[in-house]
Amino acid sequence: MTTAAATPLATRLADSGPSRADPAPFVRLDARGRARLELSVKGAKCAACIAKIERGLLAVPGVEDARLNLGAQRLTVTWRGAAASAASLIDVVERLGFAATPFDPEKSQRAIDAEGRRLLWQMVVAGFGAMNVMMFSVPIWAGGELGAGTRTGFYWISALIAIPCALYAGQPFFASAWRALRKGRANMDVPISIGVLLTLAVSISETALGGAHAYFDGVVMLLFLLLIGRWLDHSLRERARTAAKDLLALQSTNATRLRSDGATERVAARDVAVGDVLLLAAGERVAVDGVVLEGASEVDRALVTGESAPVAARVGDTLHAGVVNLTRPLRLRATAMADTSLIADLARLIEAGEQRRGAHVRLADKAAALYVPIVHTLAFLTFAAWMLVPDASWRVALMNAAAVLIVTCPCALGLAAPAVQVVATGRLFKRGVLVKSGDALERLARIDTVVLDKTGTLTLGRPRLVGAVDEAALAAAAQLARVSRHPLSRALVEAAGPGAPAAQAREIPGCGVEGEIAGAPARLGRRTFVDPQSAETEGGETELWFARAGAAPVRFVFADAVRPDAAATVAALRARGLAVELLSGDRPDAVEAAARAVGIDIAAAARTPAQKIEHLEALRAQGRRVLMVGDGLNDAAALAAADASASPAAAVDATQAAADVVLQGEELGALVELIDVARSARARVLENFAFAAVYNAVAVPAAALGFVTPFFAALAMAGSSLAVTLNALRLSGRGHRGKV
Amino acid sequence: MEAMIYLIPATIFMGVVGLGAFLWTLRSGQYEDLEGAAERILIDDEADAPPLRSSRGDS
Repeated sequence: MTTAAATPLATRLADSGPSRADPAPFVRLDARGRARLELSVKGAKCAACIAKIERGLLAVPGVEDARLNLGAQRLTVTWRGAAASAASLIDVVERLGFAATPFDPEKSQRAIDAEGRRLLWQMVVAGFGAMNVMMFSVPIWAGGELGAGTRTGFYWISALIAIPCALYAGQPFFASAWRALRKGRANMDVPISIGVLLTLAVSISETALGGAHAYFDGVVMLLFLLLIGRWLDHSLRERARTAAKDLLALQSTNATRLRSDGATERVAARDVAVGDVLLLAAGERVAVDGVVLEGASEVDRALVTGESAPVAARVGDTLHAGVVNLTRPLRLRATAMADTSLIADLARLIEAGEQRRGAHVRLADKAAALYVPIVHTLAFLTFAAWMLVPDASWRVALMNAAAVLIVTCPCALGLAAPAVQVVATGRLFKRGVLVKSGDALERLARIDTVVLDKTGTLTLGRPRLVGAVDEAALAAAAQLARVSRHPLSRALVEAAGPGAPAAQAREIPGCGVEGEIAGAPARLGRRTFVDPQSAETEGGETELWFARAGAAPVRFVFADAVRPDAAATVAALRARGLAVELLSGDRPDAVEAAARAVGIDIAAAARTPAQKIEHLEALRAQGRRVLMVGDGLNDAAALAAADASASPAAAVDATQAAADVVLQGEELGALVELIDVARSARARVLENFAFAAVYNAVAVPAAALGFVTPFFAALAMAGSSLAVTLNALRLSGRGHRGKV
Repeated sequence: MEAMIYLIPATIFMGVVGLGAFLWTLRSGQYEDLEGAAERILIDDEADAPPLRSSRGDS
């Protein structure tokens, strides 16, 4: 894990400054000597943000172009000359109030989504074909004065448009059907391909023989409607894939290595060898696992262990990658390479979990598995039955078999799930819930247990002053605290409000702050530092001590604040029949206090990432379907192992990558809405399938008996697709507001 | 009915032009940032502010 990926935490804990990786390696130079940098920008939401960022950057001398892509939250800056540097430009954006993180140039290049682009083109061409063929079909359906010669002429023109369109737009279906057939299997695309090709062939021969019916319009429209469904589905999956890829790109990490000649150099984490000596500035994140050689500091292990209180780091202590150094520079000796570090282990656990999750069979695929054999059998039976009818020719038999294939409504089936998922994710997105994939919604709909992490999920993830305090002591202590960046000092300052810092205050790493208040010496920090005669308090609450010369020491107690709507959310989840549990890596007393505060009965504390997975496995063994909500790196693997997962927006990027859903904003209540929407989305999808089944029950016998004219086929096809889409749109409407 | 001899090619030609126009908008990246485009219209032009340039099609 990298300093770059740490932005949310870094902004939470400490000012950026040294916490950021040197962005210079992210700059690309183009042929005309212009430098180009891509940044991921968090927090830009509106026109004012665009104008602020772009104008702010364009005002920097040398900057030629700045363009913010609001949808992708991606900023591209191009500049020339030495007046601007990557670091100075990032500073400009951050001073404007937006977190900006450089992207790895190789990985950031928007994957040219060749497949998506091809699908889109095919869809557009099919749409064009459908509309233009329809121009010639409508007069034929209308009948009237149209002679047989004109009709045949119109059919030939239709064929001229429909055949190239169908052969081009049908490629994804033909290719997929061919792949399946070669492996001896049949998928949804087999009947579609056979239907398209057979119907085209029958239509051509009918036209050549001067027959009354040809299905050119139906073929192209079928492809158009199918491609809409395919394209929607592909876009949803692609979005999930890009989200994961973006986060990977963010993980490119740097470390400062001390060379044998005493000079320092910035190197990528993957180039750090075991035994290298690394410098770790205050606020910086450990890039690879290492042992402290020199220095004393305090570190934040929240992302690795879930522990919310800072921990002392002394010579000989092991620091895992992902730990943030808080107060003083440290010198480390690397004990692992980047790919054997704890982070890499977690990444492997995540991958393993995701593979298991791949076992989820999507509703649409289940429907297809039923559909394929039935349609094949029906079409074959139709053909066979008509061959047995004495005065029917093989032409009629083939025509009716083709009609069965084309009218069995694979388009409504193809649209049923993606249309609903697009509407559902769009609706959730407006409420600040980012759903990364369509099947996540399907998995979420069937959840019966919610497992919450404590630090950063149920709580805000930062300490807050609790208990009764003496206002005068607080105001005095805050003067000392203002010179420190320690999380506890910041919490103290937050509680005391604005004021002046103490004179001549200095921070002593691992101990506290010392200075003068109204001329008298004062100290703020650990108990042993403030009052040397006392014994160190072991375990228990997170505390700070404060003493002025001649006065008794005062104790301040801190606790991680529970999110304001946590209790209401837990109650709302229960009301929906879900079991709620707490699973944390933090100390048992802290976990129990949080569980009591929000009304959760089942709480497990002090769990390592592997134990968290075991816990989830145990739940699954009982047949429960689990939604895991967590934010720390220690949760990432558990998130991947659960049936479905969510993480708050303040989570580390690796964790967000492992989660299906990212909740923006400070509120946990979005979880309730998420479950509601997922459940109604599932209901809509099932309704759509039911509708398709009923439709087929009517259409197939009609087609088999030869009653389906091209007009009826076109009407039924468009009508059923429209009905399915309208049903999906019901999700976006009123009356589904989540209640918390 | 003779009119159809002109009308049919004309309609097909217009259809092809429409298709071409749409594919052009697609290629030139006009759908890359729909959200941003909707918001950008609200940005006022300020006389003293540097102009906002577009890098459309550049990427």
